[in-house]
Amino acid sequence: MSTVFIPSVLRPNVGGVKSIDVDGDSIRSVVNGLIERHPTLGAQLLTDEGDLNRFVNVYVNGQDVRYLDGLDTPVAKGDEVRLLPAMAGG
Amino acid sequence: MPKSYADLLREARDQIREVTAQQVEALPAGAATIVDVREASEWEQGHIPGAHHVSKSYIEQQIEAAAPDRDAPVILYCAGGIRSLFAAQTLADMGYADVASMSGGFQAWKGAGFDFDTPVVLSAEQKQRYSRHLLIPEVGSAGQKRLLESKALLIGAGGLGSPAALYLAAAGVGTIGLVDFDVVDVSNLQRQIVHTTDRVGQRKVESARISINALNPDVTVVEHEEMLTADNVTRLIDGYDVILDGTDTFETRYVLNDAAVAAGIPVVHASVFRFEGQLTTFIPYEGPCYRCLYPTPPPPELAPGCSVAGVLGVVPGILGLLQTNEALKVLLGIGNTLAGRLLLFDALETEFTELQLRRDPECPVCSDAAVEARKAGRPLDAATVGADAPFLMTTTGLAGGVSPEARA
Repeated sequence: MSTVFIPSVLRPNVGGVKSIDVDGDSIRSVVNGLIERHPTLGAQLLTDEGDLNRFVNVYVNGQDVRYLDGLDTPVAKGDEVRLLPAMAGG
Repeated sequence: MPKSYADLLREARDQIREVTAQQVEALPAGAATIVDVREASEWEQGHIPGAHHVSKSYIEQQIEAAAPDRDAPVILYCAGGIRSLFAAQTLADMGYADVASMSGGFQAWKGAGFDFDTPVVLSAEQKQRYSRHLLIPEVGSAGQKRLLESKALLIGAGGLGSPAALYLAAAGVGTIGLVDFDVVDVSNLQRQIVHTTDRVGQRKVESARISINALNPDVTVVEHEEMLTADNVTRLIDGYDVILDGTDTFETRYVLNDAAVAAGIPVVHASVFRFEGQLTTFIPYEGPCYRCLYPTPPPPELAPGCSVAGVLGVVPGILGLLQTNEALKVLLGIGNTLAGRLLLFDALETEFTELQLRRDPECPVCSDAAVEARKAGRPLDAATVGADAPFLMTTTGLAGGVSPEARA
């Protein structure tokens, strides 16, 4: 069980909560678990081919999974997973 | 038993080892911490290169900043070698194990024909205005002079740019450039504190200049009343030492990033959304750039600007000040910047989170291959940037459909 932190721009897709505990031993299974529960997240997080969208960064314990193993990055119990889209506001 | 000055001096000479100017000059660099204990007015006339200045009247309070290691050798000097003897006694009392006083002081040093530095002299008004900076050893008169000679460019005189403009001006950053094509709207005033109610309708660059110069007439404001685009970005950023990115659109952020990397100018980046903010410092080739962090912009519905989504006024205030802190460190060359780290701020939780950033070895802008391509004058194309990027690259920036949403 890891905790996924949801940025406020994505919270409307998950009923407004700030974080969700999700089972899964990899980013792939955590993301799929999230999308199963909140299907509208699917288009935000994954491409049609099932890869991570390049405009949403995913961090495990502060490290960008793009520089780890992407969707195959392992996730351990208690890990913090953070979804982070870019912001434009100034 | 009362003691005379002669008694005290004799005691000090018995207790404190003395060294000659020749011995000090012969020391390898860094072999001892050299501290000038004279008054500021004497220090300004010239001092030993590399010496720290801690006047005798502040010695107890400030020596630990100049010489943190009590076991490392410390050599004190004054004008003639007397005040430094007494100051050395104080250090010995404080537990400094290896303190010496330079006999003959700075007069002996100059008399021997050794090199000395003459520090920057600020005007009397500047010494008063910046006195709280001058008291900090990491800034001091050399750092303040550096700020006065520095040039900072603000992209956007809005929510982030407002506190940045005011605090950069207060700090004495000598030239502040402002890029903004907008006019002050009453809805800006909930957070854009560089503007005022009686200047609604006025050009933002002009309104900001009035506030900046009211706060600090030392500052030269350069007004760039235009939208930053791929066509003008290279000209706009030319000659600036640091850039604060406080725009409201992705297009501008990517255009700025690409040109700043090419020009080698650090960009302090911040963005805000409602109760949240993101902050980092991009130092070209030392850390990642904006494209390493976000290879492509999100679709508009995932990243609305403040005019669409709203923002708690203090959030750009807080992020704009953190940006200014980064900019001042870059200009002064002190501390550690956020290069390679992304700081997230959540105002509702009052929570800061730090994420690690990396340079993307495949980055179309700052990777070795991109640098080579730029040097060779080969324009990068859409295929290099990535199929899902809506922007086309030029050699220095982006070209094509730049249609920023209205900034508010």
